Amino acid sequence: MRAFFILLARNRLALAGGVVLALVVTLALVTPLLPLANPDVTDTSNRFRPIFSEGALLGTDHLGRDLLSRLLWGTRLSLAVGFAAAIFAASIGAAIGIIAGFYGGRTDNVIMRGVDMLMAFPYILLALAIVAALGPGLFNALIAVSAVNVPFFARNIRGITVGIAHKEFVDAARLAGLSNTRIILSEILPNVVPVIVIAMSTTIGWMILETAGLSFLGLGSQPPQADLGSMLGEARSALITNPHTSVVPGVMILVIVMSINLLGDGVRDALDPRLKSGALTRPMAATLVDRQGPVPEPTGKGLLEVQGLKTEFHVKDRIYRAVGGVDLHVEKGECLGIIGESGSGKSVTALSLMGLVASPPGVITAGAAHYDGEDLIGAPYPRLRDMRGRNVAYIFQDPLATLHPLYRVGDQLIEAIRAHRPISRAEGRAKAVELLEAVRIPNPEQRVSDYPHEMSGGMRQRIGIAMALANDPDIIIADEPTTALDVTVQAQVLTILDDLRRSRGLAIVFITHDFGVVAQLCDRVAVMYAGRIVEEGTTAEILDFPRHPYTARLMACVPELGGGKRRLEAIPGLPPVVDRLPPGCAFAERCLKARPDCRKGEIPLEPLGRRRIRCLYPEDESREVAQ
Amino acid sequence: MTGYILKRLLSAIPVLLGITVIVFLIMALIPGDPATAILGSYATPENVEKLNRDLGLDKTLVQQYFIWLGNMAQGDFGTSFALNRPVLDEVLERFNATLVLAGTAFVLCSLLGILAGVISAANQYGWADRAITFVVLLGISIPSFFLGMMMILFFAVNLRLFPVSGMWPIYGARDLSALISHLTMPALALAVVATGVIARLSRSAMLEVLRQDFIRTARAKGVHERGVIWRHALKAAMVSIIPVLGIQAGFVLSGAVYIEIVFQWPGVGRMLVDAILKRDILLVQGGVVFVAACYVLFNIMVDVAQSLLDPRIKT
Amino acid sequence: MSDALKLTDVSKTFPVGRKLFGAPKGQVRAVHPLTLSVRQGETLGIVGESGCGKSTLARMLVGLLEPTTGRIEIDGEALDNADPAVFGKRIQYVFQDPISSLNPRKTIRQVMEAPLKHLYRMGADERRKRIAEIFASVNLREEFLDRYPHEFSGGQAQRIGIARALAAKAKILILDEPVSALDVSVQAQVLNLLADLKREFDLTYLFISHDLAVVEAVSDRIAVLYFGAVVELGPAEEIFANPRHPYTRLLAQSAPVVGRPLTAPEAKGTELPDPLNPPPGCAFAARCPRATDRCRKQVPKLDSGHASSVACFHPLDEG
Repeated sequence: MRAFFILLARNRLALAGGVVLALVVTLALVTPLLPLANPDVTDTSNRFRPIFSEGALLGTDHLGRDLLSRLLWGTRLSLAVGFAAAIFAASIGAAIGIIAGFYGGRTDNVIMRGVDMLMAFPYILLALAIVAALGPGLFNALIAVSAVNVPFFARNIRGITVGIAHKEFVDAARLAGLSNTRIILSEILPNVVPVIVIAMSTTIGWMILETAGLSFLGLGSQPPQADLGSMLGEARSALITNPHTSVVPGVMILVIVMSINLLGDGVRDALDPRLKSGALTRPMAATLVDRQGPVPEPTGKGLLEVQGLKTEFHVKDRIYRAVGGVDLHVEKGECLGIIGESGSGKSVTALSLMGLVASPPGVITAGAAHYDGEDLIGAPYPRLRDMRGRNVAYIFQDPLATLHPLYRVGDQLIEAIRAHRPISRAEGRAKAVELLEAVRIPNPEQRVSDYPHEMSGGMRQRIGIAMALANDPDIIIADEPTTALDVTVQAQVLTILDDLRRSRGLAIVFITHDFGVVAQLCDRVAVMYAGRIVEEGTTAEILDFPRHPYTARLMACVPELGGGKRRLEAIPGLPPVVDRLPPGCAFAERCLKARPDCRKGEIPLEPLGRRRIRCLYPEDESREVAQ
Repeated sequence: MTGYILKRLLSAIPVLLGITVIVFLIMALIPGDPATAILGSYATPENVEKLNRDLGLDKTLVQQYFIWLGNMAQGDFGTSFALNRPVLDEVLERFNATLVLAGTAFVLCSLLGILAGVISAANQYGWADRAITFVVLLGISIPSFFLGMMMILFFAVNLRLFPVSGMWPIYGARDLSALISHLTMPALALAVVATGVIARLSRSAMLEVLRQDFIRTARAKGVHERGVIWRHALKAAMVSIIPVLGIQAGFVLSGAVYIEIVFQWPGVGRMLVDAILKRDILLVQGGVVFVAACYVLFNIMVDVAQSLLDPRIKT
Repeated sequence: MSDALKLTDVSKTFPVGRKLFGAPKGQVRAVHPLTLSVRQGETLGIVGESGCGKSTLARMLVGLLEPTTGRIEIDGEALDNADPAVFGKRIQYVFQDPISSLNPRKTIRQVMEAPLKHLYRMGADERRKRIAEIFASVNLREEFLDRYPHEFSGGQAQRIGIARALAAKAKILILDEPVSALDVSVQAQVLNLLADLKREFDLTYLFISHDLAVVEAVSDRIAVLYFGAVVELGPAEEIFANPRHPYTRLLAQSAPVVGRPLTAPEAKGTELPDPLNPPPGCAFAARCPRATDRCRKQVPKLDSGHASSVACFHPLDEG
């Protein structure tokens, strides 16, 4: 709760809206105590007195009534009616929505059909019909406005409830013996309340507008009583001769509604967890590069050479050092595996190369990635875009999310080609079919016009591979391309990748957390921990004799098929959080061999035989740790 | 596709029936005796009884409903007592004018709203985004009737750019240019709120989509940023924008009531308000049912557009 | 040893394309009639790929779904209606996604108290004592109790999930992919904890996973599920080493293993049969290199002649 108000106050616009609204509400509350003229006493000899006249600060209206007094009393009425309508509509709508969403099935069906029926009316028709039936009057207008808003709340809240009702914690509550009523009250409601508050805060302004509207039409408050809408309605006939009588109530409505909307947006931003974590910022076309210090010169090692790469995420006042200085290189036609647990920085390293890390919050703060002598990190956007897909292509993890759902797979393939060279439609189609054949999709002539959702996960990932091949790149970066797939499908996709690389001389950077996959596919492997490479060498050497304690322990705790029932060698503790990295070795905390000097100073990645290792006390070469 | 349209049209039948039931029930709530209301307090008991019989008010509620429904199905919406004219004729004539006004406003708000939303999202936190956000906030906070009044004051009275009110000049030719000059202010005033809502929604839909994995895929392919925004992101965002366009069409129709009053536009909204104030029940009933039915048909068109856009919807 | 859990012909059918009134358009059989027993103190592994029905099975076992046909017996007592509150004291569930199985707006203490309050009607003092005991046995510090779920890592949250399941004092735990959302180094910690708890409290486990190596490492017996039916059931040390069903062999050969060269064990398509229009015979026939006409016409039953039972007309050990 306190955090909510702090967040709200930090939003300057919302604060301004809150202050103005508080002022208006206070004025409305104290109106009966103020020394004002009676708002309803007419004095026709003093009609249409202008603003700032003596005795009438805002002038008088067509019956000579004091405008200031009428304005404050009207504001009081409008606010009360607007808030009442909002609360009324929100509570009834939310109750309906929760019941429909929670019980589902037939209950849901019947309720939602009714709601749909009500939403089939343009809302004012329903409101007009209700007022026509009940007769004009402010209270009837209130009923009409809240009634027409109930369906909107019901539908909105139902959607949220359905999502929550299928969450695992609701199942857990059932297994803990909670009844449906209790589940609604203690599991669903607390999670729905923020949404109700958001929906209310963003619609209160609108409800005030609507009741004012009905009064404006003469269907709301009846004379002599006036809310802001009916003041405006009465003033309309004198609009041209005495505009101030219209402007005064009109501006008041504007001020109230605008301050409520500003505050409402602030409330929404403060309550919506997605907005809180900054999730709704638009990633830029390329990752922000802000390199302090000198850019490393290329040494000509390999086709792609990464030196001292550092990528950070700046979230509010925290800095997450996702990649903390990575050096690696890939030869032509070579497959390099990068292995690590989640949060080790392996994916961020891969995405940094072509500027695909979402930015904000991502920033590349140091290092270089030389492709054929050209620094990719420092490349201007047009050059980077030109090289994306043509020189370095990507395959991503989840093949459903990474393909555009509304374009046919063939068109997505053709687009990949067209981004780099103009080709005719027919030529593009032929090339797309050819690509599908290359990844062994059966019936490519037909599948080329499929949409992604019409394919299985394995087929979709083949499309992902075909798309990466479209411009015959030299390097493919595959970011956990088989993690989302079943084992039998994974085996096929891996085989396709392996065959393609051998037949086309592709270099592959393969990111994974699976030692089995690395062993089967990669020539060399780099092991990452807490944003840095801890060990790197040929796959055979590292897997046979891991020498960094982390590599050794990690391999030992993965069960291997064929080992039978057994106790696993777990690594105690958790990987460090990358915004609070300890000095020295990041693994020291969990390492059985750690000594005091492991926790001090920078430990370099140094050559050891044919591999490189970041450890002061590597495992003994003679000892076969894997056993 | 034809099958899908047919299916949607069939599914509209229960909705339309539901609408007639709701309208009929609401109207049945009216306290007192409609005949007295129509004839005024000077009516003789004989006259009241005769009128009651003519209106079918001596039958049960269910019978009354089916008679009313049957008549409507044959195109007979009854006769407006205040205008002494068949309800359907009056509604059709008035609806024409509303369609011109609301249709123009709807096209305006859809185009401007989406454009503003996309520009805003593509330049998030830039000056264009801030400017659009502010204008949008102003737009959704100002009552459309007040905005209309201020436009009259400024553009018609002070600058004399447009006529103050009405759909056609009182004297002179009823041609397109006359219509446009009369239409400009009310259509703009009507479009402002919906533009704001659509712009806001388009902005957040775009921001949502721009974070999706397939946008990263497009960038990784080397697609131009222009293509990423307008081809990839906007198309995906349209999936959530289109249903809102359907809802906003209802809001534009609703807002037309105020605008027609402010600008003296001879539309169906003004007719309804007059009819309510005069307790012309048959005209209210007929008008509400007719406009609601048109809105239902419009929403079917929206659904069809959505299914054309999104292949995942089963047709 | 007695059976802790016994399933007789349990199946689940879901209606598809339900209308407001009237019969649904079609039916999908997520779990075919299945007979299975879990012995007291045993860990039975259930392995299968996505869409094989393993989660549906798990949800039926704890009463979150009502079986369409069949009988579920726990300790010899039938429980085949769907009331999780009745199941709760005898059988509990550990969820796949540890974070989303905790209500984000409740403290861990509130989460832990729910089963004690609603299943056992314990008083406040008793609850506090019991929670302290459980937390000690899953190696969680008591200071965690007043925090909210988002403050925990996946591994810690999964320990809390396990603690909650223990609180209900159920003797049988359904572990539905309990470690697949966790990193390998944390995965081993949780698996070892589960093994310790089992010994300490004399528990019976049903361990569901898609990861063959993990299932093999924790189970006594393993059932392989394909398209809603058990295709092979046997001792853990045997089943992948000497598979009898062609599908089991395919799974075992597909798993990437250090030191084995990459081979795609299957050339044919990998598509599962269409659940709305299932094949008349063996569901695996279309992908099976040994399939004959008989396989395409008749559904093979699970035999029980050997150490492991298999639902296949041409098992691999018969030439």
